[in-house]
Amino acid sequence: MTAPAPALRRFGDNLRAAPRRLRDSLFRSGRPVSDRTRASFVFGNVFLHLHPARVHRWSLRPTFTLGLGVMTLSTFLVALVTGILLMVYYKPSTALAYDSIKDLHFVVPTGRFIRNIHRWAANLMVVGVLLHMARAFYTGAYRAPRELNWVVGMLLLAITLGLSFTGYLLPWDQLAYWAVTIGANIAQSPREVTDALGITAWLDAGGLQKELLLGSDTVGEEALIRFYLLHVMVLPLALCTLLAVHFWRVRKDGGLVRPADAEARLGPAPQGTWPVFTEAPQKTYSLAALVKGKTAAVGRGPEGTVPAMPHLLLAESAALMLSVLLCVLLSVLADAPLKELANPAVPENPAKAPWYFLGLQELVAHSAFMGGIGIPTVVLVGLGLIPFLDRESEGTGLWFGGPGGGRLVALSAVYGLLAVVGIEAFAIHYGWIREWWPKAPQLLITLVNPGTVLTAAYAAWSVWLVRRHDSTRAGALGLFTCFAVGFLVLTVIGVHFRGPNWDFYWWPSQWPGH
Amino acid sequence: MSKAAPAEAVERSRLDPEPIPRRDFLGLAATWSALATLAFAALGMLRLPKAAVLPSPSKKFRVSLPESLAPGEPFLAPGRPVVLVRDGLGVYAVSRVCTHLGCIVQPSPAGFDCPCHGSRFAPDGAVLKGPAPKPLQWLAVSSLGAGSYVVDEGAAVPPGTRVKA
Repeated sequence: MTAPAPALRRFGDNLRAAPRRLRDSLFRSGRPVSDRTRASFVFGNVFLHLHPARVHRWSLRPTFTLGLGVMTLSTFLVALVTGILLMVYYKPSTALAYDSIKDLHFVVPTGRFIRNIHRWAANLMVVGVLLHMARAFYTGAYRAPRELNWVVGMLLLAITLGLSFTGYLLPWDQLAYWAVTIGANIAQSPREVTDALGITAWLDAGGLQKELLLGSDTVGEEALIRFYLLHVMVLPLALCTLLAVHFWRVRKDGGLVRPADAEARLGPAPQGTWPVFTEAPQKTYSLAALVKGKTAAVGRGPEGTVPAMPHLLLAESAALMLSVLLCVLLSVLADAPLKELANPAVPENPAKAPWYFLGLQELVAHSAFMGGIGIPTVVLVGLGLIPFLDRESEGTGLWFGGPGGGRLVALSAVYGLLAVVGIEAFAIHYGWIREWWPKAPQLLITLVNPGTVLTAAYAAWSVWLVRRHDSTRAGALGLFTCFAVGFLVLTVIGVHFRGPNWDFYWWPSQWPGH
Repeated sequence: MSKAAPAEAVERSRLDPEPIPRRDFLGLAATWSALATLAFAALGMLRLPKAAVLPSPSKKFRVSLPESLAPGEPFLAPGRPVVLVRDGLGVYAVSRVCTHLGCIVQPSPAGFDCPCHGSRFAPDGAVLKGPAPKPLQWLAVSSLGAGSYVVDEGAAVPPGTRVKA
């Protein structure tokens, strides 16, 4: 037997080396064992390079972020994957939609499980985005230079709610039909004001909004197609775009917020933490951009930081796994609802939206325009303005940081609770202007109803706090806490205490039969 | 050109040139025309989703009132959110679409109840309670004779308008 020709031998060697070379071309810098290779592992990978190469220990404390941002992203990814799977069978037509969801629920292999996961992921995403917002607020993360990211976050909250709303139309069941009828009429509710002023004939903003949303004057095929388009294409694209901006800004604004004395508060790193810039032969900085604020590490040494690979990536993976686990567990425990086929002649009684809109439903039960458009706009604009009004720096990066701190938040929670319970109890017990004075002008009720009175009470409390503590941050803490408590209480009232005809009942077991 | 102008031109550096207003004008004109074009294009794109023809079913329908219908008793038109009433003065039709957020109100002993947000209406459509901003609409009715009527859901008439039975 003769020795193989050199070309053939080279071919054999190359074939044997192929797996190693594939790995080397995937991870060019080799195994992440030193500070340098750990860093290049992150910035040399298109999927990871939004991460910093090193991350401050303050940002990694679970009690600081609670992992909420990553968990919200994870639930979105879960909803994205399961949503694509559901699109395999779903048919966006009024004649077929309900049956296709029924098929998914009862016939398609794993269809019910996937639909449950999609529904629970969407619910958890709403919870996650709300809690993440509260975390960012209470740790002062909206402050300069992070003002824009706070506003982007609020847009993401609005898109998340839009995704939920457009999603529950698609099964074309009773919940879907009446939720969309109500939603479209909320879009039309500026007419409540234009009618009262007698200018609807010239300026019908409400009618235009409804027509653009439904493509018709009633909820039907056109509305279903439009909501489907929004749900599977327009809103996810908008969400992904803004997510990219959101994450990019986190990096450019200097990472997560932390107090100026974070390193002193943390103390020395525990023994066994991956070493800090000891193995790299020399320290070189190459700044791609100058970052505003006091957070750039240049000249201060990176003592408080650890390599993002593996510390940050492990923490993120843990949050991802926890989210997936929650989605799957909840999906095993509770099925996604599917009501009767949509019936345009008979609304459900009570016709309740999903839980996250029941606070709004309670507000629109006082005034359609104020509850559905006026107050939400005031709240969103108010929250969006907070970073531009609060230019203080005391307590940045600390839970409930700022003048008064935790005590102020607790007091505000008590005030917010008393105000919302008091006003709701009054309206439930004594009724409102229309019952005392049936001929009352509608404009009066639009302006003065339990929702607007509550908003005014919260605003007054916030202004008083600004004066009392001589601090905008104190007012912001009070306002946000009041809104959070108000949202929570109104949601509980809507979920538990409202029965047929939106009447008040202590227990659902007291509902009259119908 | 005056004699002072060249002296000033010498003092200016290359990085701080003499302002040339006509160039500013051209630049601003170009910027604003570009913005106006984009805004106009966006409005034009919004024109597409605003349908020219609304694909909803006909608003007019025909209904026969039973002979046995007692005066003042509400008659629910089958398949339509409309109630018809015959009383001593004639026949009238009231829409059952709540003026609040468009749910279908259900008849009750006192008039109509809305299941969605708790509005209550009198039998003639007047608001008694709740968030509804306006009374229920009265609709145009015309008589075909022999107890048959045509109701137009798209045509509101002033409350109290009746057609002879």
